[in-house]
Amino acid sequence: MLDIHNLSISFQRYTRGFVRETLSPVSDVSLSVHAGEIVALIGASGAGKSLLAHAMLGLLPKNATLKGDFRFKGEDLSPARIRELRGREIALIPQSVSHLNPLIRVGKQVYRSARLSGRCHCTASASCDNAFSRYQLAETIKAQFPFQISGGMARRVLTATATAGKADLIIADEPTTGLDPEVTEQSLTHLQELAAQQKGVLLITHDLENAARIADTLVVLYDGRTVEITPTSSLSEGTASLHPYTRALWQALPQNGFIRFPHAVEKDDVRKCGCAFACRCPEATSSCRDRMPPLKQIGEKMMRCTHVTG
Amino acid sequence: MQTFPADNFWMNRSVRLFLTLLLVAILAFTLVSLSPVDPVNAYLGMDRMQIGPEQEQLIIDRWGLDRPPVERFFIWGGNVLQSDLGQSMIFNEPVTTVIAKRFLTSLHLMALAWLLSGVLGFVLGVLAGMRQNSFVDRSVRLYSYLMASTPSFWMGMVLLAIFSVSLGWTPICGAYPPGLTSADSTMWQRLHHLLLPAATLSIIGIAQIALHTREKMIDAMNSDYAIFALAQGDSRIGVAIHHALRNICLPAITLQFASLGELFGGSVLAEQVFSYPGLGKATVEAGIRGDVPLLLGITLFSAMFVFSGNMIADLLYSKLDPRISNRREAL
Amino acid sequence: MNVQSLPITESVQFSLIPALSNRRRAWLACLLCGGFFLALVVTAGILGTSGLDIDFLHRKLAPSLAYPFGTDWLGRDMLVRTVHGLCRSLSIGLLAAGCSSVISVGIGIMAATMGRRVDSILSLLIDIVMATPHLVLLILVSFACGGGARGVVIAVAVSHWPRLARILRAEILQLRTSEFISISRRLGKTPGWIALHHMLPHLIPQFMIGLILMFPHAILHAAGLTFLGFGLTPHNPSIGILLSESMRHLSTGYWWLAILPGLSLVCTVKLFDILGNNLRTLLDPRTTQD
Repeated sequence: MLDIHNLSISFQRYTRGFVRETLSPVSDVSLSVHAGEIVALIGASGAGKSLLAHAMLGLLPKNATLKGDFRFKGEDLSPARIRELRGREIALIPQSVSHLNPLIRVGKQVYRSARLSGRCHCTASASCDNAFSRYQLAETIKAQFPFQISGGMARRVLTATATAGKADLIIADEPTTGLDPEVTEQSLTHLQELAAQQKGVLLITHDLENAARIADTLVVLYDGRTVEITPTSSLSEGTASLHPYTRALWQALPQNGFIRFPHAVEKDDVRKCGCAFACRCPEATSSCRDRMPPLKQIGEKMMRCTHVTG
Repeated sequence: MQTFPADNFWMNRSVRLFLTLLLVAILAFTLVSLSPVDPVNAYLGMDRMQIGPEQEQLIIDRWGLDRPPVERFFIWGGNVLQSDLGQSMIFNEPVTTVIAKRFLTSLHLMALAWLLSGVLGFVLGVLAGMRQNSFVDRSVRLYSYLMASTPSFWMGMVLLAIFSVSLGWTPICGAYPPGLTSADSTMWQRLHHLLLPAATLSIIGIAQIALHTREKMIDAMNSDYAIFALAQGDSRIGVAIHHALRNICLPAITLQFASLGELFGGSVLAEQVFSYPGLGKATVEAGIRGDVPLLLGITLFSAMFVFSGNMIADLLYSKLDPRISNRREAL
Repeated sequence: MNVQSLPITESVQFSLIPALSNRRRAWLACLLCGGFFLALVVTAGILGTSGLDIDFLHRKLAPSLAYPFGTDWLGRDMLVRTVHGLCRSLSIGLLAAGCSSVISVGIGIMAATMGRRVDSILSLLIDIVMATPHLVLLILVSFACGGGARGVVIAVAVSHWPRLARILRAEILQLRTSEFISISRRLGKTPGWIALHHMLPHLIPQFMIGLILMFPHAILHAAGLTFLGFGLTPHNPSIGILLSESMRHLSTGYWWLAILPGLSLVCTVKLFDILGNNLRTLLDPRTTQD
């Protein structure tokens, strides 16, 4: 459904004098989402995940340039086309209740979301009611304001806004951050239900543990580049075939050994042209530091590392 | 289940109003007593020559004019509580009558200016904030920053020179045509005389309100919920109408009512330029000619006016903002 | 979705001199404005009393090359009168703003550092002064001082301090509870040292900025007060008095007597505003590195 190849997002800005500086927080991202698949986009803060989500919804500021292949259902997406599709075929489940208007009742906001997705007046009403009952939200919740509902209810309401429409691709932004285990469980179950309805789900998170539980594919982002695309099943087969970064993340989890994440060996402020992870990678060689490895297909995976083969 | 402690609100506010007025009265009385003007002269003025010594002694006894200031304050305060603010030396009428009459005249001017600056300021602010750095935004900002450096009385003079003197469209001074009284002049005539003073007050008021509204609008359009609404497929104008407007209405209302103080000050200047016989002009005359009772009375009245404005703003806010009015119902 | 993590602002800044950074532009603006004010004062000094002689042959002349601002009803050159008036207005405004800021610093510091009782009394005082409509207060104080230019200065000084005092008080209160101050205290530094090294760097920019932003207000309010007739001085009138005298002649068509001096006041205040804003850019620690 969604196909992204070599996507880069860069910003231009003026520094002293006439000098124009180009920042590229996202330089080479590839991922794809199929119907009924849950893809987890893993990355640390600052890796470019939110930027990617912005780009997919056409919310980048004016001085941003988007390059690369960006296809949805086989169609190339231009900014104008994204504006048409967002809310209708691509929907967002935002991170927190601050994304809801504090002065409008929750039911009305879900209804509006349904209307914006292209439904007419009556179907929108019905769909809003459906969404509320599907997520076990009582009728009385519709009249509440966002500040009146609890964290778990808020999560369900936010999911309802995305599913009140007919969207086929759901982007879930950090659905588990800062929530207690019960609510997290619920949130993840809802995403699984969406996938079961043959929708595509892109799960953006830094929570590898929860993502690994429900995702079919993992896309790992480091410093604005995709470093690995792997089916989640390969995690349980052993960490030897993983990208060093993914391996380090996985092993850092309490239940996997709680091994300390490698620190930067050299002070590396200047961006070198080699692999960005080289300064922390225990397997780094000089060839890693000289040349950026390309994203290669290795079996079922895509990998950007000179050390992992076959 | 009571959703808002209404009784407490009014009790609270009444007490605060009384305290405020009391303290303002103390401040005003202190200032007035510091004046080098002889208190007897201040109360009697030129009439002192005309009344006899017994009459003068009666007045001195009534108001304690030969007593020390603190005693004078209590005597004055006592009289005020009995609704007697004294006699205005300039107008030869009880102060309460003077204030009532002139306030009514001023009220037309202030109400018109308040409405104009509120509505137009809000509209301009919304249009400017909706698209930052657009032509509308830059024009509104230029206009507002210029007006911030412009004295309102000079603005009035410019308007007077253009519209009354050169073009002859509007009258030069007064609230109604010369020779007529308030009762004789028609509403249209009065409106005609109101135009320029109200325009003077509004031009500056619009600038201030537009600037504040624009800032709030920009905040709203860049907020999380506005971005999410765009992500849901809403257009920029849709976001402005369905989300931003609602969220800036409350701060706009507060601003409107808080601007009553500025409005009063502006009306003093505008009435001077156009010789409009309102409360502002009376204040100036009282200050220059040393009419102490009138000055004190106007101070109390204006403080009450500003206080009421703020109180109404708070009341509206508490009723209209669901986050406050629904506090008891929160789960 | 954290919008704040986006590194760049929505729109590219538009400027007439893109080659200069914000900081350099601010310096340039300050220099130009400062130059203007210097020129004003020097001109007033050079002109002296020339052009102020009563000359009935040249009464009420419209603006021309010989008399750029025209002449008034006594034949005096309006340009000279305006320049002197501006200097006078500026000095009144600056003096008033200066006094006002000193008062606000004193009261702000006292309110924030001398305990709760003093704080409540002073806060109450601030509230009361702000509860009275500004112009009414100005008139009252002016009346209390018996009028004259001194009365105007005192009136403006006494009515402008509450706002800045409130800001300084809030700033100091916030600082006192901030972490780096309490750590300093625990490390054993004396209150004097803390005040000098931690609080002053925060407070001085706030104070300077407040002071600078107060000038245009003070000048305009002083002009308004003198216009109403409260600061009458027999000689060397300020712009307010100039305008009030000229107003009488508006209805007979001698517009230049009131409009042009007022226009110069607007330009002067605007330049002061620009100066103030650029000084703020330079002094505010948040923008000074741009």
